[in-house]
Amino acid sequence: MIDEDLKIIEEKILRGERLNFEDGLALFRCKNLAAIGMLADYVRKKICGNNVFYNVNCHVNLTNICVARCKFCAFGRDENSTGAYAMKIDEIISLIENALKSPNMGGLHVVSGLHPTWTFEHYLEILNTIHKKFPALYIKGFTGVEITHFAKISNRNVEEILKELKSAGLQAIAGGGAEILSDRVRNLLCPKKATADEWLNVAKIAHKLGIKSNASMLYGHIETIEERVEHLIKLRELQDETGGFQTFIPFPFLPKNTALENKISQTSMWDDLRTIAISRLMLDNFKHIKAYWVMLGVPAAQIALNFGANDIDGTIHKENILHEAGASSPKFLTEEKIINLIKEIGRVPTLCDCNYNPL
Amino acid sequence: MDKILKSAREKISVGERLNFDEIIALYNENDLLYLAESARRVKEFKSGKNIFYTINRHINLTNVCSSNCPLCAFQCRSGDEKAFTLEIDYVEKILLDAKKIPDLNEIHIVSALHPEKNFDYYLDVVKLTKKILPNVRIAAFTPVEIANFAEKSNQTYEKILMTLKNFGVTNLLGGGAEIFSPRVREIICPKKISADTWLEIMRIAHKLGIKSNASMLYGHIETIEERVEHLLKIRELQDETHGFQSMLLFPFQPLNTELGKKFNLQRVGAWEDLKMIAITRLALDNFENVKSFWVMLTMPIAQLSLAFGADDLGGTIGEEKIIHAAGVTTQKNISRADLEKIIRETNYIPVQR
Repeated sequence: MIDEDLKIIEEKILRGERLNFEDGLALFRCKNLAAIGMLADYVRKKICGNNVFYNVNCHVNLTNICVARCKFCAFGRDENSTGAYAMKIDEIISLIENALKSPNMGGLHVVSGLHPTWTFEHYLEILNTIHKKFPALYIKGFTGVEITHFAKISNRNVEEILKELKSAGLQAIAGGGAEILSDRVRNLLCPKKATADEWLNVAKIAHKLGIKSNASMLYGHIETIEERVEHLIKLRELQDETGGFQTFIPFPFLPKNTALENKISQTSMWDDLRTIAISRLMLDNFKHIKAYWVMLGVPAAQIALNFGANDIDGTIHKENILHEAGASSPKFLTEEKIINLIKEIGRVPTLCDCNYNPL
Repeated sequence: MDKILKSAREKISVGERLNFDEIIALYNENDLLYLAESARRVKEFKSGKNIFYTINRHINLTNVCSSNCPLCAFQCRSGDEKAFTLEIDYVEKILLDAKKIPDLNEIHIVSALHPEKNFDYYLDVVKLTKKILPNVRIAAFTPVEIANFAEKSNQTYEKILMTLKNFGVTNLLGGGAEIFSPRVREIICPKKISADTWLEIMRIAHKLGIKSNASMLYGHIETIEERVEHLLKIRELQDETHGFQSMLLFPFQPLNTELGKKFNLQRVGAWEDLKMIAITRLALDNFENVKSFWVMLTMPIAQLSLAFGADDLGGTIGEEKIIHAAGVTTQKNISRADLEKIIRETNYIPVQR
């Protein structure tokens, strides 16, 4: 791309005008990484100032047994495979009790495999038990994929499922499972899970019911640049309608231990940073963009805060899903470490809950 | 905006030389992407869309050293269980292996100051290299090693450099500069040659037509002012000789070093690495190239540095011992195809040199 194109995009951004599909493609073709970063940083400052949001949180992955067995996943197992697990309620409680030893522990992030025999009532019971025992902890959990699955196994509609989860204590929906919102890609990589429309539909109904959710994109596998930009535009359209998305999380695909391991190599930091920046520029109606340090690695996540991100996720306590895919980042960060890496770049660390209320 | 910073930004916009205060002001402002974007413009002005790399083989002849710098994890004393010294037969074996590397264009020789090996040993290595690989560039020895040869053989620097040139050395290496400040050298490398000697040997080499690189080791106990003074001393000599090709930045790797232990030092982060690359590109207006040494930076950061003013990714290396002794976990080598792919991804053009 010649600098002339970037000039036109820059002018649009300075005027506060929305970027279109062609602009998104042009940004992905542009080689001037720092210039894209500067534009994203300008927009970030305008939308959300100098605060960088983080949580002190604990990830709870109830089970890795999964009927979907997506090709990009290193976490899912068949029921009888080695390493398969399904947590009992008392194991979940003791995991949380252990996590509560961290000062400022705010809440939980609960995402799991689609267990072949667990009923929706079982998930609900787990949620209820956690909420009753730890009423002060916020619970963000279940992705659009899990919620679609709950509707199917219980013969109820998504709205009923969401209402029940909400009354059992769910406060926000996790952003995973969006992958790439293209049925071409989904048919090839994850044919057994929620379709693009089903995923979007869960978000739409949740937002209508007053449940906020996050959005994500898994990139760096077989998708095209066009599909990345389309994905962002689909999210932006729904956000125009509902305003219920809180943060957008770009997930670089980690190939290790997945079915694609020998076919696809891991994304570069170059691709990761431009994808964060372009997401910030395209998603003009999203408040937050997350640099997910588990996947990016801590150094890149810190740099990403200058490429449009204003959210660095949390301390996590113990990350399982991505470390199965060879993530080389630590399994948790201390709050002190997170605060320092935000302060080091002259920004303001802001501890928040799963709905971005400062604590 | 403060007056100095304003003048720095104005100078950058018209391509004028920055002074000490302006470089410090830019450092303190900490606007990473402004620095990146400005440094990239300078890079493209100097080297266009090209990113350089070398197909080379590193040879570290010995780790037995009389200098024993606290900054170093590679050196050891004679008799130490990790001590090694390659005898000439073994060097021959390495060179014959290297000969099989397609398009090899450089042998890179850097070693410790062995207390018992005399200049002839090193000269024999050069002669052998020239014999086995007559068309390959021989980038060998830092000024620290040159001073050691001079002392051992009781010859002038000029005589040593002339001899090496006559037997085939084409380039001098940029290492050993560390930080020029005497205060810092006293702590990190008390027995090593002074800054003035390092600069003097480079001056003589350049006058004899031997090109070299320059370097800086940062991220230990030096101040930001000492970093900038270091850069400006190099810039000054370059004005005089124009014999430097690339500037290399070495972030200090504290693991397994006495210095790291003594001051409880941590490796500086990627932010600092990228910022220093950009600042260096902006400060050294009379340098053609800034090299990102991927072994120290890790490849993802080295690739990223191409957006921060660097235009040289260094070599395929073959085998590296000095920095790996300080616990870096990067690979010991990389294939040409991978290196080219990494460059192409940034939309720049890989150029072997």
